[in-house]
Amino acid sequence: MEVAPNDGSYLIDGYEVVCGLEVHVELATATKLFSASANRFGDEPNTHIDPVTLGLPGALPVLNRRAVELAMRIGLALNCTVQPSTFHRKNYFYPDMPKAYQISQYDQPLNIDGWLELPGGKRIGIERAHLEEDTGKSTHVGGTGGRIHGSDHSLIDFNRAGVPLVEIVGRPDIASPDEAKQYVTELRQILVAIGASDAKMEEGSMRCDANVSVRKPGSPLGTRCEIKNVNSVRSLGRAIEYEARRQIALVEAGESIRQETRHWDESDGRTHTLRSKEDADDYRYFLEPDLVPLDPGAEWIEAVRAALPLLPRERRVRLSRATGAAADGEAVMVVVERGQDDYVLAVTESGADPARALVHVKEAYAEQGARPSVPVLDLARMITMEVSGTLTSTQAKIVLAELVANGGGDAEAIATAKGFEALDTSALEAIVDDAIAAQPAAWAKYCAGEEKAMGALVGAIMKASKGKADGRIVTALLQSRRG
Amino acid sequence: MVSFPSSAFDIAEAVRSGSVKAAAILEDHLGRIAEREADIHAFNLVTADAARVIAARVDDVVAAGHDPGPLAGVPIALKDNMCTRGVPTTCSSRILEGWKPPYDATVVSRLAELGAVFVGKTNLDEFAMGSSTENSAFGVTLNPRDTSRVAGGSSGGSAAAVAAAFAPVSLGSDTGGSIRQPAALCGVVGVKPTYGTVSRYGLVAFASSLDQIGPFSVDVRDSALILESISGHDPLDSTSIPQGPLDLLSVLDQDVKGMRIGRITDMPEGADPDVLGRLEAAFDALRAAGATIVDVELPTLKYGITAYYLIAPAEASSNLARYDGVRYGRRVDSVDTNSMYMATRAAGFGDEVKRRIMLGTYALSAGYYDAYYGKALKVRRLISDDFARAYGKADVLLTPTSPIPAFNVGEKADDPLAMYLCDVYTIPTNLAGHPAMSVPFGDSRDGLPIGVQVMASTLGERPMFKVAAALERHMVATGGRS
Repeated sequence: MEVAPNDGSYLIDGYEVVCGLEVHVELATATKLFSASANRFGDEPNTHIDPVTLGLPGALPVLNRRAVELAMRIGLALNCTVQPSTFHRKNYFYPDMPKAYQISQYDQPLNIDGWLELPGGKRIGIERAHLEEDTGKSTHVGGTGGRIHGSDHSLIDFNRAGVPLVEIVGRPDIASPDEAKQYVTELRQILVAIGASDAKMEEGSMRCDANVSVRKPGSPLGTRCEIKNVNSVRSLGRAIEYEARRQIALVEAGESIRQETRHWDESDGRTHTLRSKEDADDYRYFLEPDLVPLDPGAEWIEAVRAALPLLPRERRVRLSRATGAAADGEAVMVVVERGQDDYVLAVTESGADPARALVHVKEAYAEQGARPSVPVLDLARMITMEVSGTLTSTQAKIVLAELVANGGGDAEAIATAKGFEALDTSALEAIVDDAIAAQPAAWAKYCAGEEKAMGALVGAIMKASKGKADGRIVTALLQSRRG
Repeated sequence: MVSFPSSAFDIAEAVRSGSVKAAAILEDHLGRIAEREADIHAFNLVTADAARVIAARVDDVVAAGHDPGPLAGVPIALKDNMCTRGVPTTCSSRILEGWKPPYDATVVSRLAELGAVFVGKTNLDEFAMGSSTENSAFGVTLNPRDTSRVAGGSSGGSAAAVAAAFAPVSLGSDTGGSIRQPAALCGVVGVKPTYGTVSRYGLVAFASSLDQIGPFSVDVRDSALILESISGHDPLDSTSIPQGPLDLLSVLDQDVKGMRIGRITDMPEGADPDVLGRLEAAFDALRAAGATIVDVELPTLKYGITAYYLIAPAEASSNLARYDGVRYGRRVDSVDTNSMYMATRAAGFGDEVKRRIMLGTYALSAGYYDAYYGKALKVRRLISDDFARAYGKADVLLTPTSPIPAFNVGEKADDPLAMYLCDVYTIPTNLAGHPAMSVPFGDSRDGLPIGVQVMASTLGERPMFKVAAALERHMVATGGRS
């Protein structure tokens, strides 16, 4: 497996950051992992329950086929090997865990050894992506900080208990807070694209724990800490950065780092000790006797693989090839993330300039979803007018805003109604010459190679033409006059 | 005085034909319960009123010219670890006191559909952990053949209910011998089917990889009838074998000529001479019926108990962790959640259950797993391998069911290890997932029943029942004298 080593380009005070993420995602199934109760977020508490969900005596789990399929999609989209697997019991007491054990995959997970490619091309290794069930949700009433200690009483909602989760365990290949953010952003897009999860960090359908350690380049790995309670991509970056700096300060002070689980506190921007390794539960894993081994078999695996849609990375490459823009450039990234790449390609295929199509959609379609309201041909016609010089780029933006506001329309009619007529070139040349004559100092600087000086000239020309001049043509005229 | 048919088979036939009312059959059994239950204590709960409603409904169906099913009007007792909707299910434990399941176990709904009439929930060792029913939180069940003695366990109540004719048939569960041993001690037939043959959905788990539900009856035919009724795939139990119900009644009349009956030459020692004598008589009877006796070796059999007492408690420690007083059953309040858990479990569980939870927790703990639980799993596999070799030579194997006949109440109550040895012949089949059954085969010199165990390989219920029926025919023919 190819995994890019830390290239040492990101250092804090001479230390490398070594980070691996564990991401839990709730699968978008209709029912729970082991029972027929609905898998739905936000309903009245304890309305999606049954003997299995509540762990009533005598109830037995039955594996949800759809959950297995979605878990395989995740594995295959992350370049994993899908293998015969088993379920184990992870035993521990907690009031919202009705059986006092969680059914999870342990030494034989469904998906192993894959990778996720960041937009820039670096691959982050995936150790495993396994199936498990979610717990219920406790609300501790009274006391402080919503903790169980010191509370008056606790309420438990079992709607979430038994919801299918896939835990995606990444290798410690992430070398900076920014890479961590890219990883999670890319992962989220993949999960949404393959229909495995809605992957909303704010709603908890995607949860991220970060294992962070630091070391001097070339040194062995440092002691790691696990950070929990990170609820947004932005917090993830902040938490890793904070934690790395905390550890570096300890090392620099000659102190040792304790292996522990730490809690990210959004309000003070720090991580705090939750529990140390010594307090860790002994989960007494053993093979779940109520379930049989899960072996999807080659036929099913290949059927799932064949049905996978194009992944975000593939879609970026496709859009990049069609438009000439960089695959990891902002325009391509943004448009693919919004799912508007098919639309841009359709505009392009109807004859419009691909680069303009990309830029316009990126700039003007932020509020539009994956199926923009402006008909493909309406945008294509507007772009054709712009490219032929009938509309300046400024005018084009105004016309496009009108198209977006109205959900389409005839670009020509809009241009006419707004009184847009392109300046003819001789008129524009006269305005350019006037501007040069009016600002000899700026012109001299520009001719001396100071490109910034062009701004003052262009501003004057635009003003004189009442915005009808095309910026690109103005620039070309200035350049040709400079010689 | 009217005489009623006594076997489940005959009762159903009579009720379906309209010659006897289900209500009359029920009252006949309830009458015996009223007479002797105070001396036996087979039941935790007798559901007489609910049973009368069901029996009347069965009679209505017959009166309307319809067929209530192959178990029409058959009274059945259920071990009190099978979930019954709206009816208390205690596992003979204080910790489940007051709990009424919101659902029926699959076996319960299947029997109900076939016209059976549930008469009550029977006593057991708490959570099915024991061999004498002395571990019940609600008192011991006594042996109907001699009330100074135990009925065996853990399904002692279900065995005693059939032996006392409180019901012609009952259901028990067998994790290490909990159907077969009490059947032997009470002088009735008891069957543990192949693991996965009968759905475990709604059976309160003791050790999930070993637990299996099976019937008790007076004769072999009734056990075949009940097992046909409750077997077959259940989509609610993932370990249920995907196949239809067993076909058993059709083999009962077939003779055993040419069958190979295995005698284990290195069988664990320590059995009572009377028990060994009856085993020899069984070999003789089968030989006389035309079967061949073949010697087989099962060198790992003697490690069965050791492996079992790591695997079963390990699973139990996990299965019983849910009884925390939070959602159902008994709760003992305390200052915080952890103290509440501890107080609830301290008060709710009996000594034997606590002993096994501790044993199992230890066996699974980090640093001990490989030495205990992991090694026990290896032994389990070796035993299965040994059995596979033996079943290459023999169609069924014969052993004693229990090394001793029914013992006195209190005799072993304070000696867990002596109690564990009661299951030396029954445990290996659970570890292998095989079927086995106990057939009454005469008495000891003290007049106590002795059972012979017929064991077979996976899904070998048909040869097993064939041999059991042959042994029964021999007993009937000889009047039980040889």
